[in-house]
Amino acid sequence: MKELRLMKGNEAIAEAAIRCGCDGYFGYPITPQSEILEHLMKEKPYENTGMVVLQAESEVASINMVYGGASVGKKVMTTSSSPGISLMQEGLSYISGAELPALVVNVVRGGPGLGTIQPSQADYFQTVKGGGHGDYRLITLAPASVQEMYDFVELGFDLAFKYRAPVMILTDGIIGQVMEKVVVDDYKPRWTEEYIAKTYPWAATGKTKLRERNIVTSLYLESARQEQLNKTLQAKYKVVEENEIRYETFQCEDAEYLLVAYGSSARICQKVLQLARAEGIKVGLIRPITLWPYPTKIIHEVGTKMKGILSVEMNAGQMIEDVKLAVECKVPVKHYGRFGGIVPTPSEILDALKTL
Amino acid sequence: MTKEEIIKPENLVYKKTPVLTNNVMHYCPGCGHGLIHRLIAEVIEEMDIQDKSIGVAPVGCAVLAYNYFNVDCIQAAHGRAPALATAINRLYPEHFVFTYQGDGDLAAIGTAETIHACNRGENIVMFFVNNGIYGMTGGQMAPTTLKDMKTSTSPYGRDLNIMGNPLKITELIAQLPGAVYVTRQAVYTPALARKCKKAIRKAFENIKLKQGTSFVEIVSNCNSGWKLPPVKSNEWLEQNMLLFYPLGDLKINN
Amino acid sequence: MTEEIIIAGFGGQGVLSMGKILAYSGVMQNKEVSWMPSYGPEMRGGTSNVTVIISDERISSPCLNQFDTAIILNQQSMDKFEKSVKPGGLLIYDPNGITSHPTRKDINIYQVAGTDKASEIGISKLFNMIMLGGLLKLKPLVTEEFLKKGLEKSLPTRHHGLIPENIKAVEIGKQLLNPYHVL
Repeated sequence: MKELRLMKGNEAIAEAAIRCGCDGYFGYPITPQSEILEHLMKEKPYENTGMVVLQAESEVASINMVYGGASVGKKVMTTSSSPGISLMQEGLSYISGAELPALVVNVVRGGPGLGTIQPSQADYFQTVKGGGHGDYRLITLAPASVQEMYDFVELGFDLAFKYRAPVMILTDGIIGQVMEKVVVDDYKPRWTEEYIAKTYPWAATGKTKLRERNIVTSLYLESARQEQLNKTLQAKYKVVEENEIRYETFQCEDAEYLLVAYGSSARICQKVLQLARAEGIKVGLIRPITLWPYPTKIIHEVGTKMKGILSVEMNAGQMIEDVKLAVECKVPVKHYGRFGGIVPTPSEILDALKTL
Repeated sequence: MTKEEIIKPENLVYKKTPVLTNNVMHYCPGCGHGLIHRLIAEVIEEMDIQDKSIGVAPVGCAVLAYNYFNVDCIQAAHGRAPALATAINRLYPEHFVFTYQGDGDLAAIGTAETIHACNRGENIVMFFVNNGIYGMTGGQMAPTTLKDMKTSTSPYGRDLNIMGNPLKITELIAQLPGAVYVTRQAVYTPALARKCKKAIRKAFENIKLKQGTSFVEIVSNCNSGWKLPPVKSNEWLEQNMLLFYPLGDLKINN
Repeated sequence: MTEEIIIAGFGGQGVLSMGKILAYSGVMQNKEVSWMPSYGPEMRGGTSNVTVIISDERISSPCLNQFDTAIILNQQSMDKFEKSVKPGGLLIYDPNGITSHPTRKDINIYQVAGTDKASEIGISKLFNMIMLGGLLKLKPLVTEEFLKKGLEKSLPTRHHGLIPENIKAVEIGKQLLNPYHVL
């Protein structure tokens, strides 16, 4: 039965994991996302759904536990915040190379270094341009509400298993900490071992007499085989780009100016739309929901008709590169952002919009 | 005598276990890895747990262990095999999960994962092959490299003042409540190999009995890295490695 | 209808829980809501504030710098948020411990002497509900029926026996409301 709750974004991630039939969560505390592990430990899913919840000794261990769990065909996940996600990059590269499904959540905080615990979007490059080594991509979902935090957990697992690739939910301290209304689903049963063995024949679930042994690896000492793996990955990424782009548009029909923003920035920009329209400025907003694959086409279609575009990000200007590529520099594109944990106010974004 | 007359069950003196594949091993002639693989594979066959065994290979000489063990295998990132094994053990608690790691993997880069997996008492077996050197990368100093021992990164011998002390990680592991069976074995003589196999068997039996972590160190040779002929390397092992890493059980559960 | 509220005071004054009760009551009354706390070092003592938005429509930004209403519970918060009230907006504050009273002439300002009253009748823990009463008297954002439901959802079951006292504290707050500067 569906149920209405008031929840923090972080709690919604945890609750969604339990209810969508996640098999295992492995994580390490870090602000501003510790509520995820706390909520899971409080709910004790291992006593009802059988989901494993384990506090690991580090983020490095967490992502490698996820690597292990994914190797055996289970729905496994971890969550962290920026410094912890940096530690996970090697693991993400292995998971990508071994073509395994996994879900990782980054509740971004300000950096570089230990930085601040306040919200930020400074991990865009790390996430969508490849944080770890090698030619791989992370399917990246950017929720802008607590309901989306909830919904994207199941969506993330679906995409991860559909493409045998890790999926990142890229969010930040605002969406992690805010409480909003959420409709939660009924509990879905976890997959049985028989189902996994039948549905995911690549999973290392134990060599039966009916099949050869399964090997999960990203190591191919022969360059020709390694190149073949890369070709397979690139072909897969092309299919993802053709099928999985998600975005939302706001008041673009009559707009003369365009804001492009994702996640919490997109929420703040919705307020900017109200303020700007009250002053007679015709402005629209495109919110990329997938950051990779990026909604290049819609931004090109809408953006090239504009007088100017403002990329609003809580960083020094990272996504702006993708916006510029999308409009092929036919329209002036500027960036507005605050960093280090400062959240831009709707009024200061409006002021920046007026300079276009 | 014809071939057919010889190949009869009653004449059988040795048969390769089907838990080893037919792939030609890449290990150097004289290296202990091949024999250790065989002992593990034989135990898996004798316990009839091939379909429930999942191996986790390290980074190091045994990185390709999955080419030889005829069980489902996962190749881990350097040092992280115990983290993978932890998750697999939790998600498939009826399976027999083992890691197979070298000294660099288990006792340097993966020290945290090693200690915490053992301390949690993950119901797995960890095989620790200690040859005091990084064999795969060409003979660099390992955490277990002995005092004054020459390697490519300690070309004048391990100077304890500069390079620190060799690490007896097995003694550390024995202190942890989650590690129920901690033993140090060797395989350079037939008698020792037979003894080692018993230890391997006990470790796998512990998984069946859900006892906690079993930690089996096997002091082995690296004739290439040590730059010695195989027989000489075994003598060197006995005269040097075993003085610092004495054989025997460090901790035995009931 | 959209009401954008900031509640600010010391940690321990029940700032976050007041906001949560209000937000949950809004959920029960089928409103859109958002509750955004200041998080970080504030969690460990010091000042604490939360932005609560209750609306009939989809809520835009959960983070705001202009508010329809500010509920101010200490001097630091007065210094920080008096200027953030929209012209024509509302400021409710507890005069206890306030040395510089608000000076704006373009907003409505009310006092609710919640601290004194709560300690006088021995319900210090319900101080925040007294302050909430002041707000609900001026802006009936949620009805008593849904406030009760919001309390049921916000409070752990073992504290459900305290709901009538919470409601009573809200009523006391309504009576304590004292105009300070009204347009």
